[in-house]
Amino acid sequence: MKNSLEKIKTLFAHQKVCIAYLTAGDGGAERTINAALALIEGGVHLLELGIPFSDPIADGSVIQQATARALQGGTHLKQVLEIVQALRKKTDIPLILFSYYNPILAASTSFDFFKEASEAGADGLLIVDCPFEESYAVQQKCGEHQLAFIHVVTPSTSMERLAIINKHAQGFLYYACRKGTTGVRSGLPDDFSQKIAALKSEASLPVVVGFGISDHATAQQVLGAADGVVVGSLFVKVLAEGADAKKLKALAKTIFTSTNVPLVEMVEELRSLENQRRHHLKIISNLKSQQDN
Amino acid sequence: MKNNYLLEAAECRYGAFGGRFMPEILMAPINELEKAFQASNRDPSFQSAFTALLKNYAGRPTALTEVTRFSEAIQGPRIFLKREDLLHTGAHKLNNALGQCLLAQRMGKTRIIAETGAGQHGVAMAAACAHLGLPCVIYMGSVDMERQAPNVMRMRLMGAEVVPVNNGTATLKDAVNEALRDWAESFPHSHYCLGSALGPHPYPEMVATFQSVIGKESRDQSIDLFSKNPDLVIACVGGGSNAIGIFSAFLNDPNVRLIGVEAGGHGSQLGEHAARFQAGTRGVLHGCYTYVLQDQHGQIAPTSSISAGLDYPAVGPQHAQLFEERRVEYVVASDDEAGAALKMLARTEGILPALESAHALAYLIKIAPSLPKEQYVLVNLSGRGDKDLPQIMKTYEK
Repeated sequence: MKNSLEKIKTLFAHQKVCIAYLTAGDGGAERTINAALALIEGGVHLLELGIPFSDPIADGSVIQQATARALQGGTHLKQVLEIVQALRKKTDIPLILFSYYNPILAASTSFDFFKEASEAGADGLLIVDCPFEESYAVQQKCGEHQLAFIHVVTPSTSMERLAIINKHAQGFLYYACRKGTTGVRSGLPDDFSQKIAALKSEASLPVVVGFGISDHATAQQVLGAADGVVVGSLFVKVLAEGADAKKLKALAKTIFTSTNVPLVEMVEELRSLENQRRHHLKIISNLKSQQDN
Repeated sequence: MKNNYLLEAAECRYGAFGGRFMPEILMAPINELEKAFQASNRDPSFQSAFTALLKNYAGRPTALTEVTRFSEAIQGPRIFLKREDLLHTGAHKLNNALGQCLLAQRMGKTRIIAETGAGQHGVAMAAACAHLGLPCVIYMGSVDMERQAPNVMRMRLMGAEVVPVNNGTATLKDAVNEALRDWAESFPHSHYCLGSALGPHPYPEMVATFQSVIGKESRDQSIDLFSKNPDLVIACVGGGSNAIGIFSAFLNDPNVRLIGVEAGGHGSQLGEHAARFQAGTRGVLHGCYTYVLQDQHGQIAPTSSISAGLDYPAVGPQHAQLFEERRVEYVVASDDEAGAALKMLARTEGILPALESAHALAYLIKIAPSLPKEQYVLVNLSGRGDKDLPQIMKTYEK
């Protein structure tokens, strides 16, 4: 019998966890599956798959557009579960479904979503617009079918709320580290260090950090303080721009590999040093010719 | 202040409906708002400031006008209009806008966000914010901006920033999405002033409370004019704020028949109307469990109505519960019927109703001959039709 909670626990016990998010069905099921496998080859330990919804109020423009494309291509819950099933044949990593509440509510009138999600191979579920106050029934269903119900914590979550969330949470806590919506941003908010320290001292589960993390330096900074890091909009964006599996794998490696200076940045730095050297040589030779005259 | 349970959500719910289905980031501001609203409800100084604004700035009480020539023309009973069209800025929306702006100031918020469909809530917000000295950002679907162009100009003249929304169907629901995204970023200093009795708790309760003045006045005016409650009250239902406002005073009197009129649009297929109680199923949109127009996958369906203010796929949770209890009959009027009703009232009474309110009149026209002549019917004329002129010209002046 599968044990998703144990699987997630073991994963976090052995390393800092690198997490990628993809909007399921953007560019078709095949493309999502190939992208996911490429990201896993690039070092991703856990994958979040977004279930498209027509009104994604917590998402910025990158994921909004991906969602719209996926819906146009006819990706709904059933199709997402088919993607999960296909991925499950090729990888053992934990797969977490990301959804808004309404598609799940609607599905529950025609089939047992929780059972089918679990059987397809999903390990957890996060519902963006289902705070703990409204999540009792969902938690029960997740419990019945061995799905970890993932809770979100944000900069506006008070310590009192956190204490309650901590009691109910399973798998890991997802710290959405900034106000606003998902998107490609740079750096971390000013209150990050303070908030993550408070969160870590209270949480009894691993804490992963996401929302606007899209470069190596920020990801590594996050991993210094948290148990995992989530990169979403960036992967969705480059995928939409036509990136192939090779490029996606390289990008994941660049962001998640914990060398101090990743390869791409090293090459760039060497290039700029070379340009500087040439510039200096030119100045020297100019000075020489002036002296000669 | 409270006069029945539908103005007061029990654990954030009306029966099964309502709730707070919001991203975690917005739970803190929603809880903060709830506390502030409950405190303001108990604070006499807040209540007197609100009442003074309604009287001296908005122009309350609004008249109750008997329309005998209109009644004659439709072979109807005695018909009275609650004249919210005479309120400053031309619709009932100002009641809620002033209430929420006062509350925002009390909470120390320095910026207001709003969405608008027909532009009536937007104009009311722009006016309230100008009067109270608050900067105001209003999200509006680009489709709505085109069909309600005069209101866009009015908002901008009063200093509001109007932001076009091109996502999705570019109408009211997309404007709400965008306003929520703004609020998720700006809540420490911004208040989101939702314009209808919709959204997560405490919005439905708060908006209904601020709009309940319509019902209270109507009840008092009815007693003055004909010494009893009306036999029938009709209102149009988009999100449902004008309807819950007027119904609220009569819910406890089972002798008062209540009818809510939804937008029948131009057809009965999903996407051709906004008749949630005819074709909708239960679901969650914008933080609230209610009747929603959606496809079998739970994707929110596009809607259609000649009236931008009724063009919304969900309905307020109080109405969902009233529908469930069968206390209110929910019916539809089509685009064409609303247009004809608008013309009829204009010709017979010199009152140009908003296309939204014209839906309530249109349904009354349908049933008027069957109503006993001695009955008293009260229609909430929720707004005036000046803003609809471009749409009316395009559609009806052929």
